[in-house]
Amino acid sequence: MGLRNLKQWKSFAIEALNQSFLVAKFLCFLHVTNTYLCTVALTYGPSMLPTLNLTGDLVLAEKISPRIGKVGPGDVVLVRSPVNPRRVVTKRVIGIEGDSVTYVVDPKNSDRSDTIVVPKGHIWIEGDNIYDSNDSRKFGAVPYGLLQAKVFWRVLPPKDFGPLGQRAK
Amino acid sequence: MGSGNILWSLAKNYFTVGLIGLTISDRYASVVPVRGTSMSPTFNPQTSTFWGSSIDDCVLVEKFCLEKYKFSHGDVVVFSSPSNHKERLIKRIIGLPGDWIGTPHSHDVVKVPEGHCWVEGDNSLSSMDSKSFGPIPLGLINGRVTHIVWPPQRIGEVETRMPQGRFSSF
Repeated sequence: MGLRNLKQWKSFAIEALNQSFLVAKFLCFLHVTNTYLCTVALTYGPSMLPTLNLTGDLVLAEKISPRIGKVGPGDVVLVRSPVNPRRVVTKRVIGIEGDSVTYVVDPKNSDRSDTIVVPKGHIWIEGDNIYDSNDSRKFGAVPYGLLQAKVFWRVLPPKDFGPLGQRAK
Repeated sequence: MGSGNILWSLAKNYFTVGLIGLTISDRYASVVPVRGTSMSPTFNPQTSTFWGSSIDDCVLVEKFCLEKYKFSHGDVVVFSSPSNHKERLIKRIIGLPGDWIGTPHSHDVVKVPEGHCWVEGDNSLSSMDSKSFGPIPLGLINGRVTHIVWPPQRIGEVETRMPQGRFSSF
């Protein structure tokens, strides 16, 4: 009787081990997909206003283009904020290294503009709503290494479902 | 008929191992070799040996610190270079946000901005660090070096210490 009980327990333990290994494998697969292929992001806030809504859009972003360096002016990207590393912000790339960028310094009060050359290994990012956006105009060009992903598709809200590419004017 | 099956299961096993390995090295810890002498004598103290080439140190890098981005003075960190995102550098954190850093050559004092840190190599003679490119965003940091794991005679913990003669927080 005791022997049979032991056998039962053993098979139960093996089964549990197998199942948890399967779950672990699935989680690893999820992590790799999320880190190297494609990720989901919820964007909110006023900084990208005509393009992305104020109250939260669900977007798909792919991680391959930043990795192989195929990010150019006009792309909407997810960037780790240089001011607070725990936040990821959504902005539009205006210039890559070597480009000269002209920007309005303080659009609310004056239309004085300034021109700078983006340094090597950096990108210049701005929000579409220049009146209410914390971007390169405030903290300067950001290193390319902070670039996380390139947004390519909007999922929610349903009426805006579709690709999200270059600037819609 | 049988060999195809064996190949298939072998490929599946490799795939699984790769998946798990990649996850662990991304989220928990990984081992990287140290090149160059910018962190000597902490890493690679002796580059010119009898044979002309030496064994590079391998170090253990933990990634748990990336959840909160909390670092302390003297931590040795791995980060991607601000001027070339493909290049990884290993340096020591000298200043955290809000600190005032004095640069030894020019006599001005720089404030480290919010969300940035000041990094320097232990070997101040040959090191590309914040003295040349300024403070770096904390978001570039990739992990914290905790141990030396190779070569065997140098296995041990990497201590968190500040170089002498540098002032940091006021």
